[in-house]
Amino acid sequence: MNKRVVITGLGVVAPNGVGLNAFTHAIKNGISGIKHDAELERLQFSCQIAGKPEISNELSLNYFSELELRNFNSSGILYGVIAGMDAWKDAGLTVEQNKNPDWDSGTIFGSGTSGIDKFRESIYKIDDFQTRRLGSSAVAQTMNSGVSAYLGGKLGLGNQVSTNSSACTTGTESIMMAFERIKSGHANRILAGSTSDSGPYIWGGFDAMRVCTFKHNNSPEQGSRPMSATASGFVPGSGAGALVIEELETALARGARIYAEILGGNINSGGQRGLGTMTAPNPVAVQKCIIDAVASSGIHSNDIDVINGHLTATSKDSLEIQNWSEALKRKGDNFPYINSLKSMVGHCLSGAGSIESVASVLQVHHGFIFPNINCTDVHPEISSIIDEARIPQKLVANDIQILAKASFGFGDVNGCVIFRKFNQ
Amino acid sequence: MIQKQEIIEQLKEIIKPYVNDKLALNSLTETTDFINDLKINSANLVDVVLDIEEKYNIVIDNESMERMVNVQAAIEIIETKVGEKN
Repeated sequence: MNKRVVITGLGVVAPNGVGLNAFTHAIKNGISGIKHDAELERLQFSCQIAGKPEISNELSLNYFSELELRNFNSSGILYGVIAGMDAWKDAGLTVEQNKNPDWDSGTIFGSGTSGIDKFRESIYKIDDFQTRRLGSSAVAQTMNSGVSAYLGGKLGLGNQVSTNSSACTTGTESIMMAFERIKSGHANRILAGSTSDSGPYIWGGFDAMRVCTFKHNNSPEQGSRPMSATASGFVPGSGAGALVIEELETALARGARIYAEILGGNINSGGQRGLGTMTAPNPVAVQKCIIDAVASSGIHSNDIDVINGHLTATSKDSLEIQNWSEALKRKGDNFPYINSLKSMVGHCLSGAGSIESVASVLQVHHGFIFPNINCTDVHPEISSIIDEARIPQKLVANDIQILAKASFGFGDVNGCVIFRKFNQ
Repeated sequence: MIQKQEIIEQLKEIIKPYVNDKLALNSLTETTDFINDLKINSANLVDVVLDIEEKYNIVIDNESMERMVNVQAAIEIIETKVGEKN
């Protein structure tokens, strides 16, 4: 029983585009979603620019009832539910008010925190002896699985409904978990995705670590510079991405449009051994993750046309390129094309892997490679490994067959997934 | 002293957002049960109580809250608490 697994629906809430059409337009045209953030300036952050999706109250009301939005203060759940329900509809699926849930469909929708603003609000109330006034939704909004719980209820999902969490690998991990659950025959369809809250309380810790750029407070759109010689730290971002992942026969039987096939992938950890630490990746593990992902997909590393990297715009970008090059045994002009969505949206943390996977799948499906913006000055350590022409500065039309997407996160965790253009 | 009918009208406004069965809301009487008749989610009863507290500027203790499952009990509790205040 060798089940094939495909992607039939996409949804995205990104700083440079909410909804699939706006997002596709933005990534093709190199449109940045990074803006100056008045709140970060008021709070005297070093980095006062950020990527934050713009959601109107009117749009929210298409996904939540007025009652649900009363005392609602969880940006991560808001983004995740919009992206998730959009992906569901994009897959041609409907929301049924059945008596029984759909036993064969579930969701694995990751997050790093949930409703951090709601959490703050609650803590203030508790410390002010007002615990009884928290209201009934404080738990649902602040539990880590809040986003999957909201989605599960709205869509009537009867299979596994869970939230995974592995820092910046979260979104890539959720896709791999969905893939494996479907492959093993435990579900026909999983809504996979991940989300990240917005705002100072989620970004503050990174600002304190001095890993965010402080050099572009007056030039936000130039702030996120992956692979650039003048990269000076990442720009904090937020948002959500969602993918409907489905067993091939189930998808074909209902005549679904297929965006791409998931050939395989790998999840591992460097164990914070060797060069690995809480915050730095163990290169041996990163390379093993890529090598194992390629092997599990039954392809050769030369088959990879495009890489969508993790590439955050910190000093680790050169190391990542080196890891890809050594793992794939490809360098110079034989290296695949490579790009980083973070140049346009910043680092969307727990949402990053899924937003970037949506961008990856769009590239495979429509046959284009989105431009790396802010990377006209490629870092010399990178250009010493790969040819600069492999880092497109402009939109490239390319009939991509295979794309590799990877994410790496705090805790020394890695994820790599291999997408292929669908051929029957 | 607030009139009973006045409280019923005010209660209708307060619970309106939580009621799934809008028809039942129109025919609300003293004997209407919040959960069985109006199909209010039991978790939302907590929110209804908070909204009542805010409206009448009263504090509803846990024992009263437990009793407050229908319109009649709500009226009694509101009358008592408002009375204690004056």
